[in-house]
Amino acid sequence: MSQSLSGATHETPAALGALEATLRAARDAGRKLLVPYVTGGLSSEWCDVVRAVAAAGADALEVGIPFSDPIMDGPTIQAASARALAEGATPARIVAELGDLDVGIPLAVMTYYNIVFRTGHRRFAHRLIEAGVSGAILPDLPLDEVGEWARAADDAGVETVMLAAPTTADDQLEPICRRAHGFVYGVGLLGVTGERDELAVSARRMAQRLKAVTDKPVLIGVGVSNPEQAREVCAEADGVVVGSALVRRLLDGGGPEEAASFVGELRAGIDG
Amino acid sequence: MAVPASFGATMGEPSPTGRFGEFGGRFVPESLIAACKELEGAFRSAWGDPGFRGEYARLLRDYAGRPTPVTECRRLSDRLGVRVLLKREDLTHTGSHKINNVVGQGLLARTMGKRRLVAETGAGQHGVATATAAALFGLECVIYMGTVDVRRQELNVFRMNLLGAEVRAVDSGSRTLKDAINEAMRDWVATVETTHYCLGSVMGPHPYPWMVRELQRVIGDEARSQCREVLDGADPDVVLACVGGGSNAAGTFAGFVDTRVDLVGVEAAGGAAIGRGVPGVVHGMRSQLLQDEDGQVVEAHSISAGLDYPGVGPEHAYLAEVGRARYVEAGDQEVLDALRLLSETEGIIPALEPAHALAYLIRAAGGEIPTGSTVLVTLSGRGDKDAAEVMELLR
Ligand SMILES: Cc1ncc(COP(=O)(O)O)c(C=O)c1O
Repeated sequence: MSQSLSGATHETPAALGALEATLRAARDAGRKLLVPYVTGGLSSEWCDVVRAVAAAGADALEVGIPFSDPIMDGPTIQAASARALAEGATPARIVAELGDLDVGIPLAVMTYYNIVFRTGHRRFAHRLIEAGVSGAILPDLPLDEVGEWARAADDAGVETVMLAAPTTADDQLEPICRRAHGFVYGVGLLGVTGERDELAVSARRMAQRLKAVTDKPVLIGVGVSNPEQAREVCAEADGVVVGSALVRRLLDGGGPEEAASFVGELRAGIDG
Repeated sequence: MAVPASFGATMGEPSPTGRFGEFGGRFVPESLIAACKELEGAFRSAWGDPGFRGEYARLLRDYAGRPTPVTECRRLSDRLGVRVLLKREDLTHTGSHKINNVVGQGLLARTMGKRRLVAETGAGQHGVATATAAALFGLECVIYMGTVDVRRQELNVFRMNLLGAEVRAVDSGSRTLKDAINEAMRDWVATVETTHYCLGSVMGPHPYPWMVRELQRVIGDEARSQCREVLDGADPDVVLACVGGGSNAAGTFAGFVDTRVDLVGVEAAGGAAIGRGVPGVVHGMRSQLLQDEDGQVVEAHSISAGLDYPGVGPEHAYLAEVGRARYVEAGDQEVLDALRLLSETEGIIPALEPAHALAYLIRAAGGEIPTGSTVLVTLSGRGDKDAAEVMELLR
């Protein structure tokens, strides 16, 4: 697979953004990576939740900007998105509030492409940079469609995390990894976000396949629900993204303390 | 309406990335990319394969009851001062044009070795059609339907159950078609290795908008030659079809796109994505979309469950943009009046969806559609499914 010119440029360490630089450094120091997900605007204290999660051992943080039609999300994050929207959350406000946080770890937003498209690629990218947000994760924007956003993101300095799935063809893994910045997000199973009783066999396999083609940080998310599962997948992966299990605790009325204590358990699990 | 000669190429194959102009594409989670590519390949080779085409044509004839007739409406024509012809998709097996699409996709699913079909449904017609195809081909079947629609289309839920399908009520968002699509896609993300998503309209990620239009073009191809028989070799002046996702309209327009016929799509006033939407991306496609300033999708509102959708197929967005088709609206009350008028003048009870096309015709006859014009209307489905709801609304 030949390297595209732009791909090559972004391979150079000088071009590394804060998200990838931080995750690489931690990984290279022998640490497993923990990236929790929190739905932005979920409650009036969501910013305190973000602070608490950051302080409890997260290496970076994924903040969801709620969308009306989240097709990659299961019941938990759907419910959180609906609640946040009912509370009046808007993309502009969430990003602005992130700008007021100073949590000391890199932030990435996770949202659906229409939010970006409607705002405008360049405008959205600049908003993120102005708010000090490093990365963006857009689960309905696959490699073949990412070009327009990726150009705007690259120009502004936003790191676009790319997703790979168990069904991704072997010959597509390398181009996806080459296009990814920040980290490569391996989807751990065939399905939408949500807690599962057991870690899917596909999770470790996904990590192995990605590790074989890239030296960018490889994180597995979707269906990683507790410290044991996180630890298990970290046998192959550089780290994990944990969303629904944390968001469920918040939906059930948990606040910053509950969030911090769960993230602490996850940290202990992967450090084990 | 004058149509530039260059439009001969419209409604051909989309670009390799599934684009009609800037619209279309494949905006789906990475998990589904391989399945979309597999489907595109399977459809392309099947559609070029005389064996597949022959089997499809045979099923449309012997099972679905094609060709459907074109009926001249003498009393309605007298009333309106325009000559009205109806393309009778209401006379197909299961009672709407949806059967054309599902027979084709059922055959494809079998070709690809998929054991299970999932589908969304609004009015229930596509759900019934998919359940029918699943029974015909011996496939498992799960239909997603918003709880609002489950209530207003109770009879169709029962029909799906009789056909052996499981109906799963969707209680998120607006609890209508849009949310049923979300849930069907989530199912597909999890089951893609064994399941084919039998999408019901010319929407979704590439290749669906193209594939479903091709599977529905039998409406337009038949109608064109039937009209020429009735009209001594001439085409109608105007061709009308209702537009939800846009499949009966796309199939109809495909038969006339290279003529000088005025192509008109009729949207529900409360779901007029082309009339009132702006470009957006949802359900795998870039198209016109009802949404707010932040990009949140807005809920549609229509008495017709089949048109209660905030988006529209990307090819319609393109046809509107280049001016090869125009799109108008019909409101709930005039739709009920139109349903009544066709019933009383012609003895044909239409479904609420095509009653939108009739409502526009009634409003435009003698005005935008000059007296003396000949108009073909695609009657996409019969009114039985709506009888209970209409009964309540007319009370
Ligand atoms: C009879 C009938 N007509 C039209 C539609 C709208 O779909 P489309 O715009 O794809 O033809 C439906 C959808 O359920 C329908 O049942």
